[in-house]
Amino acid sequence: MNARTEVLSRIRRALADVPEGERPEDVPVPRAYARGGTAAAGSPQVVELLTTRLADYGASVHLVSEGAAPTVIAQTLSARGAACAVVPQGFPPAWLAALDPHRVLDDRPRVPVRELDRVDSVVTTAAVAIAETGTLVLDGGPGQGRRALTLVPDHHVCVLRAEQVVARVPEALARLDPVRPLTFVSGPSATSDIELDRVEGVHGPRTLHVLIVV
Amino acid sequence: MNGPTFLGTPAFPSAARTALADTRLRHNLAHATTTIRRKREEAVAEVDDWEALREAGRAVKERTLRHLDRYLLQLEERVTAAGGRVHWARDGQEAARIVVDLVQATGEREVVKVKSMTTQEIGLNEALADAGITAYETDLAELVVQLGQDRPSHILVPAIHRNRAEIREIFLRAMGEHGRAAPADLSDDPQELAEAARRHLREKFLRAKVGVSGANFLVAETGTAVVVESEGNGRMCLTLPETLISVVGIEKVVPTWQDLEIFLQLLPRSSTGERMNPYTSSWTGTTADDGPGAFHLVLLDGGRTDTLADPVGRQALNCIRCSACLNVCPVYERVGGHAYGSVYPGPIGAVLTPQLRGTAAESDRSLPYASTLCGACYEVCPVKINIPEVLVHLRARVVDEGRTRKVPSPERLAMAAARSVLAGPSRLAAAQRAAAAAGRLLGRDGRISRLPGPASAWTEARDVPVPARESFRAWWRRTHR
Ligand code: SF4
Repeated sequence: MNARTEVLSRIRRALADVPEGERPEDVPVPRAYARGGTAAAGSPQVVELLTTRLADYGASVHLVSEGAAPTVIAQTLSARGAACAVVPQGFPPAWLAALDPHRVLDDRPRVPVRELDRVDSVVTTAAVAIAETGTLVLDGGPGQGRRALTLVPDHHVCVLRAEQVVARVPEALARLDPVRPLTFVSGPSATSDIELDRVEGVHGPRTLHVLIVV
Repeated sequence: MNGPTFLGTPAFPSAARTALADTRLRHNLAHATTTIRRKREEAVAEVDDWEALREAGRAVKERTLRHLDRYLLQLEERVTAAGGRVHWARDGQEAARIVVDLVQATGEREVVKVKSMTTQEIGLNEALADAGITAYETDLAELVVQLGQDRPSHILVPAIHRNRAEIREIFLRAMGEHGRAAPADLSDDPQELAEAARRHLREKFLRAKVGVSGANFLVAETGTAVVVESEGNGRMCLTLPETLISVVGIEKVVPTWQDLEIFLQLLPRSSTGERMNPYTSSWTGTTADDGPGAFHLVLLDGGRTDTLADPVGRQALNCIRCSACLNVCPVYERVGGHAYGSVYPGPIGAVLTPQLRGTAAESDRSLPYASTLCGACYEVCPVKINIPEVLVHLRARVVDEGRTRKVPSPERLAMAAARSVLAGPSRLAAAQRAAAAAGRLLGRDGRISRLPGPASAWTEARDVPVPARESFRAWWRRTHR
């Protein structure tokens, strides 16, 4: 018997107490927990909650108007002293208007990881954000790029629109496509491994800037 | 679970005695568990639907386990359709061999690893080393453990027994032997220690061709794997290599993508006491132009089907490895993880290890006794595993099996004395209710006001700690203020 057949038959033997005709849905799963949000997606309440939560993790958060976004993005990079930033395909060109094009890499052709390691910053959008937990989710869609882009550089600037902010985890998962590779980011990289103190910055970006366009 | 785990591990009581004598270990542990208990309480208290989430989590696990074969087949089909390859392993040895073969097929001599209990369980690093392949642990705590040639002592914080000064010493001494050395002026500031780890490991991430991971969840409906982490080392291992090999126990499957909405809320708050951990990654097979081009999923039995066969013990497979039960356990807090002689320490280890590994070894037979049955673990468990119930059930099993052995073991003597109380879950519940009536067993301040009846059985048989012959209760009162 090969391993697959054997493991499966062990499972069936182990479950001898489960009645023959039982279907999975016969085992009740009460979903009495909150699935919807306390406030609507994109409402001032959820945006404010997201802002507070992200700040708790040590991320910097700014609310900006559509018109001010390009300047704030440029200022964020120059305040950091970033000589160059990688910006994935599909990032709204209007938001890049205030950047020096010579300092922007577009990942086409793909930037090798060793070079990515020398890039100062990455600027992306996000797919959805969760207010209650202070979480941004990236799904590799337009403006987000492949996963390595938001991982190797030490500074991540993430620009999202207020309507992408939902209150709770269930609402966010319902908006996401699990077939895409997803990254949930809740604050800068951190460890609690040394005496359980949360220390920011191990392997992912140690600085996270979030701009919410309202 | 045939993990060669810890060769020559003494039975729990004597290992516990040794650990208790180590005052620095006890100090580090007490500090860590107190901190994390408080954080968890705060994180849980702000969720208004916590109990509903726990019940849903438990129910999803029950549904999955009762129909495990079906979900595993669905998972296999989806992973394969998404470009991954699924391998099945009857035991740890077989799983390790599959991984070794896969790594050898790539021609690589080193792999980067994300912290994974399962790969520890199967002794993967040792198997790789035997094949001439170096496995680099990349989780900060695992790095401390690996560089310190030590063993993990906690599910979540494997180096919980080490304080910052010890970590500094280990980094200064050992980093240079395995790659980039720590700066000579390294202080014991956690920020600087983290920075040293970042630099030391970056080089390994950038050149790695093979990554090895576990997974916290596998979604049958979509074939999606999920890794929950903090530092970003997981993302590095899951994203940068060309080949990714994930070794996952068959009990980690959940039916639907929607089910994750429960576990992604339960796990971080129970585990690190955070609203959400810094990074969670999910992937489905392979994706063109993003991440590894080859993905292998190794599904491990390793005693899980034996556990599944026991309708009472089965619930131990609900475990999402949050480690909340360790942090509230008065026994764990005093003796630490090493005394359990397994990669799964604490209350969950006491119920999981003897089921995964069987009770042939004295050290594993004694594990169901490594508890005062105070019930704190059940109260915090996000998937409602009734650990005291399983412990009592396993004690009875150990004793029954013991009848066929000639020599009367301390377990049997203890059981004979406590038989009437321990005979069944209902009587245990009654005993616990009686104890609870006398006051909360484990107060929020971590003090035990009174031990329940069954605990005294353990105390008497085990003549626990220092100084000899003092009862657990008296010792606890005296030392735990
Ligand atoms: S038994 Fe429960 S509390 Fe303990 S680690 Fe597992 S899920 Fe967490």
